[in-house]
Amino acid sequence: MELLAVTIGIVIKSLIFIIGMFLLAAYLTLVERKFAGHVQQRPGPLHVGFHGLLQPIADALKVLTKEDIVPNFVDKKLFYLASLMAFVPAIMILAVIPFGEPIKLFGLEIKPYISDVNVALILALAFGSISIYGVIFAGWASNSKYPMIGGLRKAAVLIGYEVALGFALVGPIMLAGSFSLREIVEAQQGFFGAFIWYQPLAFVVYLFSVLAETGRTPFDVQEAEAELVAGYNTEYSGMKFGLFPLAEWYIATFVLSALAVILFFGGWNGPHIFGALSPYIWFLTKLFLVFMFLLWVHWTLPRYRVDQITEIAWKVMLPLTFLNIFITAGIVILKG
Amino acid sequence: MAIIGGNNGIILTTVEEVLSWGRRNSLWPVSIGLACCAIEMMHTAASRFDTDRMGIIFRGSPRQSDVLIVAGTVVNKVAPMLKLIYDQMPDPKWVISMGGCSSGGGPFPTYSTLQGVDRIIPVDVYVPGCPPTPQALLWGILQLQKKIKAKQEGRELKEIPVRTPTASFPIKG
Repeated sequence: MELLAVTIGIVIKSLIFIIGMFLLAAYLTLVERKFAGHVQQRPGPLHVGFHGLLQPIADALKVLTKEDIVPNFVDKKLFYLASLMAFVPAIMILAVIPFGEPIKLFGLEIKPYISDVNVALILALAFGSISIYGVIFAGWASNSKYPMIGGLRKAAVLIGYEVALGFALVGPIMLAGSFSLREIVEAQQGFFGAFIWYQPLAFVVYLFSVLAETGRTPFDVQEAEAELVAGYNTEYSGMKFGLFPLAEWYIATFVLSALAVILFFGGWNGPHIFGALSPYIWFLTKLFLVFMFLLWVHWTLPRYRVDQITEIAWKVMLPLTFLNIFITAGIVILKG
Repeated sequence: MAIIGGNNGIILTTVEEVLSWGRRNSLWPVSIGLACCAIEMMHTAASRFDTDRMGIIFRGSPRQSDVLIVAGTVVNKVAPMLKLIYDQMPDPKWVISMGGCSSGGGPFPTYSTLQGVDRIIPVDVYVPGCPPTPQALLWGILQLQKKIKAKQEGRELKEIPVRTPTASFPIKG
């Protein structure tokens, strides 16, 4: 009986997380377009609803009812699988991300996370690495030259930065002494307890890796519009196309910003000035600030060349993370 | 769309109406330019005129776009490519013929120029001008939105402009 209750609880919670993430990702497109507009001194979506508030709905309706073309020459199975392989792992990371501490509501203990496993960080990294298959499959299955080049470029970028990302996370893990995201947050008490003060190097590498993994501008070689038509998703139309930017630009960026908040900015810790809701408000505020920072970088900077990107990954980022690990390990041993 | 009983919050509508609203508010053109009209098209998308206000963003791939803006002279050599791009676009799709050259050959009544792009693909809106100003292209896009709405309502929209908008005579209303 108890097992049944737990199962139902997890199913309901997962549904809420998935549907919520869908709606949020739809409106993140509006946030990004408005932000891009104001960066470039133009208003952005303005006439569809009040200041473009209905724009994501119009886009979703259009994309969903668009003709779904599957070209004759593609590898059909991989072609269908690719958009799912890109989208599902991105949303799966949500399963391990805590959004706050458990709260009591009507005598029920409600946990604002789906599961709190003791290897949460490794699971998040693993799910993140699976999504690389979506990109490679999409490039390969399309059987066309621009998707192929785009997919291979993205694969090269991802492989380089996954390694740097993994090593960058070792610093916070050593300081917290745990892989559990909840325990990592609990290890950062107070304003100067946040790991950003002790791990600035790891944070910089993490930011670079997030930009590279989500294909944002200094590293957006995979869909460089001037060179490749639309990158690895050139042959996709309708919602099969819609899943790629949704997963890559919005859900992945959102989830990796949440990880950045948990690992470096003390998660939901903050002054209790909003009453019972203050952990959530702090967490979402920090998350939004990190997300907007990534958008800011995206819409301001030009793009690196492909060879420069891989060079930065292997020759700069990786040695930096090793240096960070040695320094952190030394300090941890000295301080006991 | 019908609103029942004044202001008690019930709105009745049909699926076609909602879909047509969604389609006309998110027209994504293919970014293809053929001649000098393309410069004006880019200008329309850039900061001063900003097509993103109406939800119009340029997509690189024809598979992901709804509108083909034929911006410039269609010479015989590029005509097959243009037809191919039109065929690669998924339905529902629309075509805006921008400028005198693509509408009817313009100042090039020669052996090498296609005398009007409507000889190879169906055109929804013709925008006059050489090249049309960004205001005129915006006017064309608004006409296309009106046309999509009219088609859903079962009407036919055939408007001939008294005067196309230019920099000194902008669109009213």
